[in-house]
Amino acid sequence: MIRFEGVTKRYAGAPGHAPSVAVDDLTLEAPTGQITVLVGPSGCGKTTTLRMVNRMITPTSGSIWLDGRDTAALDEAELRRGIGYVIQHAGLFPHRTVLDNVATVPRLLGWDTAKARRRAAEMLELVGLEAAYGGRYPSQLSGGQQQRVGVARALAADPPVMLMDEPFSAVDPVVREQLQDEFLRLQRELGKTILFVTHDIDEAIKLGDQVAVLRVGGRLAQLDTPARLLADPVDDFVADFVGRDRGYRALGFRGAPPLALRDEPTVRLGAGVGAARAATTDRWLLVLDDAGAPVGWVEPDRLTGPIGPEHLHRGGTVARVDASYRAVLDAALSAPSGRGVLVDESGRFAGTVTANRVVAAMSRPAGASQVDPAGGEDGAGTGADGIRETAGGDPAGTAT
Amino acid sequence: MTWVWEHLGDIGGYAASHALLAGIPLVVGLALALPLGWLARRLPRVAPLIVGGSGLLYTIPSLALFILMPLVLGSKILDAINVYVAMTIYTVALLVRSVVDALGSVPESTALAATAMGYRRLGRALAVELPLAVPVLASGLRVAAVSNVSIVSVASLIGYPQLGYYLTDGYQRSFPLEIGVGIVGCVLLALVFDLAIRGAEWALTPWARAGSSGGSGRAPKEVAAT
Ligand SMILES: Nc1ncnc2c1ncn2[C@@H]1O[C@H](COP(=O)(O)OP(=O)(O)O)[C@@H](O)[C@H]1O
Ligand SMILES: [Mg+2]
Repeated sequence: MIRFEGVTKRYAGAPGHAPSVAVDDLTLEAPTGQITVLVGPSGCGKTTTLRMVNRMITPTSGSIWLDGRDTAALDEAELRRGIGYVIQHAGLFPHRTVLDNVATVPRLLGWDTAKARRRAAEMLELVGLEAAYGGRYPSQLSGGQQQRVGVARALAADPPVMLMDEPFSAVDPVVREQLQDEFLRLQRELGKTILFVTHDIDEAIKLGDQVAVLRVGGRLAQLDTPARLLADPVDDFVADFVGRDRGYRALGFRGAPPLALRDEPTVRLGAGVGAARAATTDRWLLVLDDAGAPVGWVEPDRLTGPIGPEHLHRGGTVARVDASYRAVLDAALSAPSGRGVLVDESGRFAGTVTANRVVAAMSRPAGASQVDPAGGEDGAGTGADGIRETAGGDPAGTAT
Repeated sequence: MTWVWEHLGDIGGYAASHALLAGIPLVVGLALALPLGWLARRLPRVAPLIVGGSGLLYTIPSLALFILMPLVLGSKILDAINVYVAMTIYTVALLVRSVVDALGSVPESTALAATAMGYRRLGRALAVELPLAVPVLASGLRVAAVSNVSIVSVASLIGYPQLGYYLTDGYQRSFPLEIGVGIVGCVLLALVFDLAIRGAEWALTPWARAGSSGGSGRAPKEVAAT
């Protein structure tokens, strides 16, 4: 746990100017094993806050505690070796190979070279880099790869605490999303205590177990879970900063209850025109692959031959049965048939659901029965297996 | 030309002596300039004093410095130590600025990352800053090497033997060939120093040659972590 107690950082102003306050009386707790995100506009004191934890910057007043120990009382270098640190552009050492970059902190801790390198190789694997990259220099890696190495380097000595300063800001959006997803997967595995800085509210909401919104002048505006932040911003500043579509985005944090799924007629990829037309009277028919996973929709009336990949309408997203309201609703809204495709954990088709049904479930008052009565507006039975209720939920939906 | 063949042994001896007089102060001067330059960067207040002060030393005319040395050191007028010390002073004068620039060429984010990893000051300087400073340092060193080779030849005026002897002697005897030998000898020696420093730089900076492939081309595939 990282605890800030009334921490203030003031910088002497330029001659003739008042001193500027970078962080103002910050009191905050980053719980053990969780991701706490500091988010706010540029210059609001995020980096300063982060660097005060490993004493790269000394607070003007207040104290910072790490698992019950006052950081001011610890040896600086030893404190830092026990804290993973990742920055934008990774900050790798250009003169060292990737492997030796990752081995840095173990070497500083006195491990012998062979052991440190073995450990470094494990770390590269953990962050998804092939062993062949170990012998390269950082300049030979892409930005996304460098960032992975930065994470591997921070993790190498298995520190309980990680500080991350806009680690994914400098890579393109596709790579950023990939890095974020892998970061969350790693964190589920490792359970580090993480203080994560970003100026991107979407990133904060995606990654944070709790999010601290800072305003310029280094004042804490709101500290809450992402769902609470979206649902109930404390003031106009936070509301503006959190941005548009708050209601819709908040659905990403509400797990959908088990919904009554329609029994959707389906057909296999490669089936003939006759089989397709016999399967349904509706305009749209769902196509599954041999493993039972949905691959897209076809219009049987317009088929001229066996169903091939070129006939598939792929606009619809697919959600897992235990996904969030947002993912399930998006599946329904994006399906050409108006029926959202849900799959079980292994990706096999489970059933469909209409937007009406999702909205109806969503607007039921809390505490009401979570089980949809049979014979709803589209009169289907419940999907028999794979349906369960989960809290939280996974906002991810994949396009077919 | 026969003159050259007859004196080949002497020329070799003078060249070796010239190389030592220029080379040893180069090494000693570098060893002194490194901590001075590092201090100058660590202590911004005294930095102008260190950098400006050492730069000023270079403006002392070499002949004056050679003649001054016995007075300062209490050494004999023809003692080689006079030349060594004077040349070391010139080297330091040139290199302190280079060291400051070279350490300044290390990206701040890299230095900060080193601190954040848990390097102490000296460890960071030796393990991170110094290796990264090599390219800028090497170019400073090459300038100092050429400067040393040329200044050392002046030492012949105070009677200390090296290649510069052929310049003064040839001039007095109006013997162009001898002057030519002196000039060519000095140029070749400077070239040897230059090549040696380039070679050392090459060996110390494999990372600078790695080029940025940006992870494309023959790069191994980035695999999805499981
Ligand atoms: N060394 C410094 N001297 C003076 N002011 C500084 C210094 N470092 C940061 N600041 C000021 O403190 C404020 C917070 O900076 P920073 O923590 O870097 O913000 P952020 O990371 O949120 O963009 C800014 O207004 C910045 O100009
Ligand atoms: Mg910042």
